[in-house]
Amino acid sequence: MTTALKLAKHPKAKRGGISRWSRQVGWKHLLAFVVMAYALFPLLYIVSTSLTDMGGIENFTFFGQFYTKNYTDLLTSSDYPFVTWMKNTVTIAAITGILSVFISAFAAFAFSRLRFKGRRPGLLALILVQMFPSILGLTAVYGILSKLTDYVPAIGLGTKAGLILVYLGGSLGGGTYLMYGFFNTIPKELDEAAKIDGATHTQIYFKILLRLIAPILAVMGLLSFIGTFGDYVLASIVFETPDQLTVAVGLNLLLSDPWSKNWAMFAAGAVMSAAPIMILFVSLQKYITNGLTGGAVKG
Amino acid sequence: MRKHQQKFDLNSGGTPSLRGTLVKIFLLGLVDAGAGFVIMVLFGKEKFTFAFFIGVVTLIVNWIYLRRGGLPAKYLAPGVILLLAFQVYVVFFSGYISLTNFGTLHNGSYVEALDAIQQSAVAPIEGATEYELKIAQGDDKELQFIAIDMAAGKVFIGGSDYSKHPFREITEADGLVRDDYGYPTSVSGVEILTDDEIVDRSSEVVTLKVPLGPNLDKDGFLATVDGYLAQQNTFSYIYNEDAKTMTRLSDNKVFIADSKVGFFKSADDGELLSDIGWQVNVGFKNYSRIFTDKNLRGPLSGIILWTFLFAFLSVFTTFVFGLILALIFNDTRVRGLKIYRAVFILPYAFPAFLSAYVWRGMFNTQDGFINRSLLGFMGENPIPWLEQQGSARVAVLLVNLWLGFPYMFLICTGALQAIPADLSEAASIDGASAWKQVKAIKLPLLLVSLAPLLIASFAYNFNNFGVIYLVTAGGPFLDPTLEVTAGATDILITFVYRIAFSGSVGSDYGLASAFSVLIFMLIGSISFFSFKRTRGLEELTQ
Repeated sequence: MTTALKLAKHPKAKRGGISRWSRQVGWKHLLAFVVMAYALFPLLYIVSTSLTDMGGIENFTFFGQFYTKNYTDLLTSSDYPFVTWMKNTVTIAAITGILSVFISAFAAFAFSRLRFKGRRPGLLALILVQMFPSILGLTAVYGILSKLTDYVPAIGLGTKAGLILVYLGGSLGGGTYLMYGFFNTIPKELDEAAKIDGATHTQIYFKILLRLIAPILAVMGLLSFIGTFGDYVLASIVFETPDQLTVAVGLNLLLSDPWSKNWAMFAAGAVMSAAPIMILFVSLQKYITNGLTGGAVKG
Repeated sequence: MRKHQQKFDLNSGGTPSLRGTLVKIFLLGLVDAGAGFVIMVLFGKEKFTFAFFIGVVTLIVNWIYLRRGGLPAKYLAPGVILLLAFQVYVVFFSGYISLTNFGTLHNGSYVEALDAIQQSAVAPIEGATEYELKIAQGDDKELQFIAIDMAAGKVFIGGSDYSKHPFREITEADGLVRDDYGYPTSVSGVEILTDDEIVDRSSEVVTLKVPLGPNLDKDGFLATVDGYLAQQNTFSYIYNEDAKTMTRLSDNKVFIADSKVGFFKSADDGELLSDIGWQVNVGFKNYSRIFTDKNLRGPLSGIILWTFLFAFLSVFTTFVFGLILALIFNDTRVRGLKIYRAVFILPYAFPAFLSAYVWRGMFNTQDGFINRSLLGFMGENPIPWLEQQGSARVAVLLVNLWLGFPYMFLICTGALQAIPADLSEAASIDGASAWKQVKAIKLPLLLVSLAPLLIASFAYNFNNFGVIYLVTAGGPFLDPTLEVTAGATDILITFVYRIAFSGSVGSDYGLASAFSVLIFMLIGSISFFSFKRTRGLEELTQ
C-alpha cells in the first residue's frame, strides 16, 4: 500500500513498467481521446461544413473540401451585414458583462458584509425571482420597452441601451447570489483589521475586497458576456432592421430564408463568431471553475 | 458573534475622502439631469402620473446617497432598481395579465376596440355611383374631396367636417372651371393638389371620410383607396354611446357591450358582433381553464410528465458523465491533462444557440451527418431522429448531454480538488480501495457541496427553452387533431410560448401568463424546499 501511495505522489515514477502504466494511466489517455472526439465532432463538422461549396447540410466527410468563399461572401454581403452584427453583439455583450458584474458586486457586498433588516428575505427573493421563466415575461418586457420608446426613445425599442437594461435586470439576481458566495469566502477579519486602521467602507470595498476577487469578477463578466452573446429571444423582439441585429438573430435570418441554401454560409458565420469566445474561454479555464461554483465548493 | 460584528460594523464608516465625495456628486448629478430631462418630456406628453413616479424615485435615490449612514441602501440601490424595473415588474405584470383576457382578440382598451370595429365594418352602398376624384385643400389646409360624376356631368365637393365643408354640388356659378373633358381645373376657395402633393399626404388621403349628409352614421361617407376613385360607403353598425350598444343596420339587431367577456354580444342569442374585443378582467378564468379545458388538459399531462423527465434526465446524464470524467482525470499522473481539460469544455464555450442549430442539422434523417456518416452502416433504414416521439426525445437529451457535461465536469473537478488530500491518504492507508474512497468519501462530500448547483441546474433545464425550441421547436407534431398544438418534445415552457405568441387563433397572453405564474410557483417551491433540505440556504433559513 505504501508503494501505491508513493506512486500517487510522484507522477513520473513508473516502477511497475509499461503494463502497470497502461493499467493505471494509459487507459485514461485512450478514454481522453474518445471523449475529445465526442466533444469535438460537432465543432469539426461545422468548421468542415463552412468550407464546402454545397450550401446545404449535405456534408458527410470531414474536410473533403477547402472552399473559402462562404467566409468572403458573408463578410462582404450587403443582405447579411455580418461584421455589423458582430460589432453590435460585442458592444452589447461587453457592456452588459461589465455593468452586471459591478452592480452585482455592489449588492453582494451589502449582503455579505453589512447587516440590515430584510437581508435574508432579500437573498431568498433574489434566488426565487430568478426562477421566473423570462421567456414568458416577453410581453411585459416588450410593453416596458415600447412605453420607453414613446417617452425616452434613447432606451426604447431598437436601441442597444434598452436591450442592455433588460439583460441587466435579468442577470442581477443570479449574479448577486454567486458573488455573495465569493465575498463570504474572504475572511471578515480582513476588513475588520482595515477598519481598525481607519479605512472607510468605500476603501474596504474598492481597495481590498474587489481586488481580492478580481479574477472572479473577470470570469463572471466573461460568463455574462457569453450568455448575452448567445441570447436569441430577447434580442429578436427588440431589433428589427438588419443592421441593428445581433449575431444570434442575424444568423437565424440566414437559416430562415427559404429561397436560398445558406447552411454553409451560416456555418462560416458560426465559426467566425464562436472562435474569439472559445479562445477566451479556454485561456481563462483555470478561473472559470471558481466562477461557476460561486465559492460553493470551497465550503 | 453578533456583538462582535456590531462592534466592527461598517455602517459607521470613517471619514469619506474628498475624491470619493466628488465622484458621488458627479454621478448623482448625471442621474438627476437624466431624470429631469425625462420628466420634462413626460410633462410635454401630459403623462403626469409617470412623471411624478420618476420624480419620486429620483428623490429617493438622492436621499439614499446624500444622507449619512444607511450604508446597505447605498450598495443595494442600483441593483434593486434594475431588478424591480425589469424582473419584479415583469413577474407582477404577468400576474396581472393572467387575470385578463389580453391577447390578439382582446388587444386594447374599449375605445380602441370600438374604433377598430367601426373601421372594419364599412360596406359600399349598393348601386351608388362611383366618383372620379380630385383632391383639394382650403385655406385651413384641411383636405376636401372634389367628386366628379362623369355620367351625370355633375361635380360635388366636401370635407371631413360636415359643419364646415358640407358635401354639396358645385357649378360654374361657384367658381368651377372645367377642362375640355369635363374635369375641374380650378374651384374658387380651394386649391387642387398635384399628384406629388397627394403622394406626400397619402396617409391622410386614404383615411379621409367625407360625410354625405349631416348624420355620418346614417348618410354614409365618401372614401378612397387610391386617390383617383371615391366610393360611397356606410357603416354596417351604428353605435349608441349612452347605452353602449351597437345596432347592425342590415337587420337592426342590437349588440350590447359585455364587460364580462370583452365583446359586443347579442342579449337574445349570444351572437358576437365581431371578433374584435377589448381587454377586461376575467378573474381566475384562465387558471380554471388550465385545469378544466379538455383541449388543454389532454396534451398537458403528457407534457408535464415529459418536462420533469427531461429536466431530471438532463441533470442526471450530464452530472454522471461529468462526475466520472472528473474522477478519472483528477489524476496528476496523466500527462497532457491541461489539453484534455481544455478540449472537454469546448462544447460549453461554443454559443448554445449555434450548437442547437448544428445538432438540428446533424440529426436530419436524409442528409444529416449522424445518419449518413456515423450510422451509415444502417443503410436503407435510417433512424428518423426528429420525426418520431421516442427518437426525437432521445435526440434532445443527447444534445443537452453534449451541451451540459462540460459544466458538470468543471464543477465536479473543482469540488474534487477542494476535498483535502489527507482524507484520501488516510483512507488508502486504512486499506480502502479506490472505488471505496470514491463511494464513501468523495461522493458524499461532492454531493453536499454541489447539491445547490444541481438543484439550480434542474430548475434551469425545467425551463430550458433554447434547446427544445431551436432543435425541434417542440415537434414532431404527430397528432393533427389537437385543438391546441402540442408536440412530442414540447416541455411546458415551449408549449406555453406557442400559446402566448403563435397560437392557431392568435396569441392568448392571458392564458400564457396564467401558465407562467403556475410554472413559477411550481419550480420556485421545488427549488425552495430542496434548497432548504441542502446546505444551500442553511445560512439563510437558520
